[in-house]
Amino acid sequence: MALGLASGAVSLSLPDVGQGLVDTLVGESSNQNALIVGQIRLPRVLLAAVMGATLAISGAAMQGLFRNPLADPSLIGVTAGASLGAALVIVMGGSLLQGYIGLTLVSAGAFTGGVIAVLFVYHLATSPNGTSVATMLLAGIAITALSGALGSLLEFFADNNMLRRISLWKMGGLDGANYPRLLLATVIGAALMLALPRYAKALNAMLLGESEARHLGISVDTIKMALITWVAIGVGTSVALVGTIAFVGLVVPHMVRMLAGPDHRYLLPASALAGALLLVVADALARVLVAPTELPVGVITTIVGVPFFISLLRKRHQYGMQ
Amino acid sequence: MGLAGPNGSGKSSLLHLIAGDIEPDSGQLIFDDRGMHEWSTHERACHMAFLPQMSLLSFPYTVEEVVMLGRTPHSSGYQADRDVVEQALQLTDTASLRHRLYTQLSGGEKQRTQLARIFAQVCGEESLTGRLLLLDEPTSALDLAHQQQVLSAVRQLARRGCAVVLVIHDLNLAASIADQILVLKKGQQAALGRPKQVLTTELFKEVFAVDVTVSSHPTGGYPMITPHQLTC
Repeated sequence: MALGLASGAVSLSLPDVGQGLVDTLVGESSNQNALIVGQIRLPRVLLAAVMGATLAISGAAMQGLFRNPLADPSLIGVTAGASLGAALVIVMGGSLLQGYIGLTLVSAGAFTGGVIAVLFVYHLATSPNGTSVATMLLAGIAITALSGALGSLLEFFADNNMLRRISLWKMGGLDGANYPRLLLATVIGAALMLALPRYAKALNAMLLGESEARHLGISVDTIKMALITWVAIGVGTSVALVGTIAFVGLVVPHMVRMLAGPDHRYLLPASALAGALLLVVADALARVLVAPTELPVGVITTIVGVPFFISLLRKRHQYGMQ
Repeated sequence: MGLAGPNGSGKSSLLHLIAGDIEPDSGQLIFDDRGMHEWSTHERACHMAFLPQMSLLSFPYTVEEVVMLGRTPHSSGYQADRDVVEQALQLTDTASLRHRLYTQLSGGEKQRTQLARIFAQVCGEESLTGRLLLLDEPTSALDLAHQQQVLSAVRQLARRGCAVVLVIHDLNLAASIADQILVLKKGQQAALGRPKQVLTTELFKEVFAVDVTVSSHPTGGYPMITPHQLTC
């Protein structure tokens, strides 16, 4: 965190950061360090931490629910739906979308798109006999493809300015961080951190299989719906606030599982912590690598995540993964 | 009770019906004087355990963790759970595997681990009256020694009051441990009774379409089935 606060286009020493923090807390915001730390970097680093934790804990819950260590929160269509929602607002809104209001509208569009996509996927996979996780996976792929195609269609009709906004938004970034957004993220993130660990025991049993979990007294369908709702809200919020940040939800729980085993009582909180750490570091890298310009943080997580993920795939037998 | 019958005769379906996975088309299931639909999922889990034919588990739990999952429905406290798990590990000869990863076990070892989980689910107290154990081919992957060990463990639980329904293809094994045998053919009852009454030459001809000689086990006294020589 301190490192995240210190690094950036204007590099600060750790004592400077400390002084800046103290100045911000006492309301003294006239000097440059206090401005940089208090107004720009602190909300940003905190937002990165909260969003990283949200994505990672959502990923851990999804992997347990789908009984697939390679599942990602985007599998249930939330990411693609949110991207489409955002693109729709950007293209329809056109030049109206300037500044702060525009950003908020785009976020609202993303959140709505994400939630609608999940509801749709859930509906497709639900029959009178319950919700089939396998069908949900396939429905998620279908909805993701459809959203992607509709998104491309929108881009086809968009002008250059809109195109740039859409593609920047898709890459994900934390540069829109401010205190109102941080507050929203923190409320949702905290709700998720409190809610999901309550399902740890059920998730542990669900790894055995759904009917086995039912025989162990777990109300599988209720829990499935609750988990999907929480994840949709969590990931929907994160896509709305910081765009698509790939691989945090996939790689972090996977990595934690290798270190600490598949027990969700430890996996869920540990994933949240590791996710926060990863995104803070990735964001710090995004700011310093090509300073004074910034790289989109989604690009960093993907570039770091993919080789790591491939190495996990190749070594999975050593860790007892099938 | 042993459940027997040709492939596809409805043995597993019957077990799933008892476990509440599928609803009966007609009629009603009574367990412990109450209709099965009146039992909540949690209540059911506290009283009955089900061992399915196949396990889907592909996450690297240790054997001990898998067996501990059997205690999920109970709130008996960590120490009590540990004791029950220990007992289940001993009954299935899996104590030496306790720190191994489930995903790296052989088929037979996995089956014993799943059995231990099922045992841990029903064995809370000394008296097991009112408990039901549903086992779908519990010995299909086991070597001779472990077949004997596991089935004598099942007998032991039955003596403590636990009701056991198991699907078993090896009718010699069934005859050696079951009090009652139910033979199914195309979803209908073909025979029901004590092993001696049920396992007859005529039954094998009618239900399984094989010729067998039924003799008496030299020491146990229960029926022993020897199929006639293969014609090839």
